[in-house]
Amino acid sequence: MLLGSMSSSADIRIEPDTPEFLEATTAEELLPLYRTMLAIRRMEEASAKAYSVGKIGGFLHLAIGQEAVCTGAVAALRPEDYITATYREHGHIYARGVTSRAILAEMWGKKTGVVKGLGGSMHMFSKEHNFLGGHGIVGGHVPIGVGAAFKAKYRGEKRVSAIFFGDGSTTIGGFAEGLALAALWKLPVVFICENNQYSMGTPLHRTTAARDITQRALAHDMDRDRFDGDDVIKVKRRIVSAVERARETSRPTLVEVRTYRFRGHSMSDPGLYRTREEVEEWKKGDPLVRAKRRLLEELKVGEDTLSTVAADVKEEIADAVRFADTSPESDSYLPYVLKD
Amino acid sequence: MPIISYREALNAALREEMQRDDSVFLMGEEVGHYQGAYKVSQGLREEFSSRRVVDTPIAELGFAGVGVGAAMVGLRPIIEFMSFNFSLIAIDQIVNHAAKMYQMSAGQFHIPMVFRGPSGPAVQVGAQHSQSFESYFCYVPGLKVVCPSTPADAKGLLKSAIRDNNPVVFLESELLYNTTGEVPDGEHLVDFGKADVRREGKGVTLIAWSKMVDVVLDAAESLEELGIDAEVVDPRSLRPLDTDSLVASVKKTGRCVIVEVGWPMCGLGSEIAFQLQRECLDFLDAPVERVCSDDVPMPYANNLEQEVMPQVKDIVAAVKTVLYLD
Repeated sequence: MLLGSMSSSADIRIEPDTPEFLEATTAEELLPLYRTMLAIRRMEEASAKAYSVGKIGGFLHLAIGQEAVCTGAVAALRPEDYITATYREHGHIYARGVTSRAILAEMWGKKTGVVKGLGGSMHMFSKEHNFLGGHGIVGGHVPIGVGAAFKAKYRGEKRVSAIFFGDGSTTIGGFAEGLALAALWKLPVVFICENNQYSMGTPLHRTTAARDITQRALAHDMDRDRFDGDDVIKVKRRIVSAVERARETSRPTLVEVRTYRFRGHSMSDPGLYRTREEVEEWKKGDPLVRAKRRLLEELKVGEDTLSTVAADVKEEIADAVRFADTSPESDSYLPYVLKD
Repeated sequence: MPIISYREALNAALREEMQRDDSVFLMGEEVGHYQGAYKVSQGLREEFSSRRVVDTPIAELGFAGVGVGAAMVGLRPIIEFMSFNFSLIAIDQIVNHAAKMYQMSAGQFHIPMVFRGPSGPAVQVGAQHSQSFESYFCYVPGLKVVCPSTPADAKGLLKSAIRDNNPVVFLESELLYNTTGEVPDGEHLVDFGKADVRREGKGVTLIAWSKMVDVVLDAAESLEELGIDAEVVDPRSLRPLDTDSLVASVKKTGRCVIVEVGWPMCGLGSEIAFQLQRECLDFLDAPVERVCSDDVPMPYANNLEQEVMPQVKDIVAAVKTVLYLD
């Protein structure tokens, strides 16, 4: 078969609702997750606006459309668990508990940023939250997350290491070797592939022959799971089962969550490699829309409650932008080259 | 003081530091059951178990990264490369991750780890196993780079490297593993950034490290027969570099030859020569001279390998140049 004849339509199809999708939840569970997703989106929209007027420099990679993955997955973890992520990590670190103030101030390059303006959008870390970055070398961070799991096992701690990466990471050695070592040494890792269908501008069917990424787990006799990332409760439930496997039996799992970024790879990418129809199709699975619908229709949460949440988030992000705007410039790097 | 080999000195440093601190572990290919490709880790798995002496598959990028991650969360990994030539596969972890993590995280995560193994030519191991790596790693802020030339320094520098809170690239020499010397028992630490004057002299300063120190000391003997009184200085750690001691020696002798087994282009000797001319211009009686390996991948044949590497005669010739004796 000619490569060109391989349609990508199968990859972008959103699965029909499944029993998992309808898995029971409560307003008490879903409402905070919805608020987190909404805050992530508003925060990223604010950062896009700031980028366009030069308040943010360098690269800015947004994950608008993917919020249910980081929000649901982080909710499946305990505070003592480790998280390692990519340069598209704003949502992950926010869901973990770092404030929108510290995140936006970091992107603004300010002293009050989560890493004092030394890391920027791509390199956010928070030791307090066991958040190990924020990494810009695609796939290079995967063995690092495996190393955190190695330490947990070395010390006999029941801690899990969650490693987030994109579909673009799955073709590089760091991913392959990290996966192999975690399986060989039976380490408590949950590998979470956020398959947003494109490694930068190249669709999955042009980067890998096996489009089911979890097939890589078969080579290592590793457990795997694969599902759509449009519903935050589903993400949480499915990741919980992998997390508990890791915690209780010290066995890793490779999870592929299919999702989609509504914007380009970075701010400089207009996304000309995909059709408007494709983007619109995926937007039908907008995780924020789905969560809102569940809250209103299934869980009978009032419109007024959601309005309050929206207003609260709006004020939080406006405050974070003011904070970033008015914070002092970053001023020091020398203390952080070598540790005493 | 006991006389032991460079290999045994490294082994003692590993053993003592692992006894001292449970967070220290050794990871690499063949370090455990096989007892080390060069037997540096002999006996360690029996003493510390497979929990702390961890055999890996052939996956340098993966296990170097596991070390970086483990270091971020409180362990003190020692990553052995069977040959430093293989570190190129892991260089992303050493440079992009280990060296930069402390700054990228604004001091939240430091990386107390050691990357160690043999670097530089051995005997007829061909182009892909003979390379010297000090210039690669000295380039990188956030790394420390050390190159012991004696058994005592091998022990003292390795113990210091393991206790250091930063990533240390620890370059051993396969050609030195069997060399012997006096090594203090027990606690023996050699600080980084302190050069060792291996031979005092007034006529010319010879700067060399690792295996080249032995060659330079032989050259100094030959020079003595010619009436030339050479001083031999071993920086021991290349980053940090004890520029003050090198400058002091060159101010005394007024002449300097830097000898390294690495390639000439962008070799570490270029940087040292730059620093010396800046600090000692008024004291220099001749331009600083360098002796390096030839600018070629290492050939296999023994005669060609010898021809490529710095020899005593090359060093003597360079000294004659800076003394205007030719």
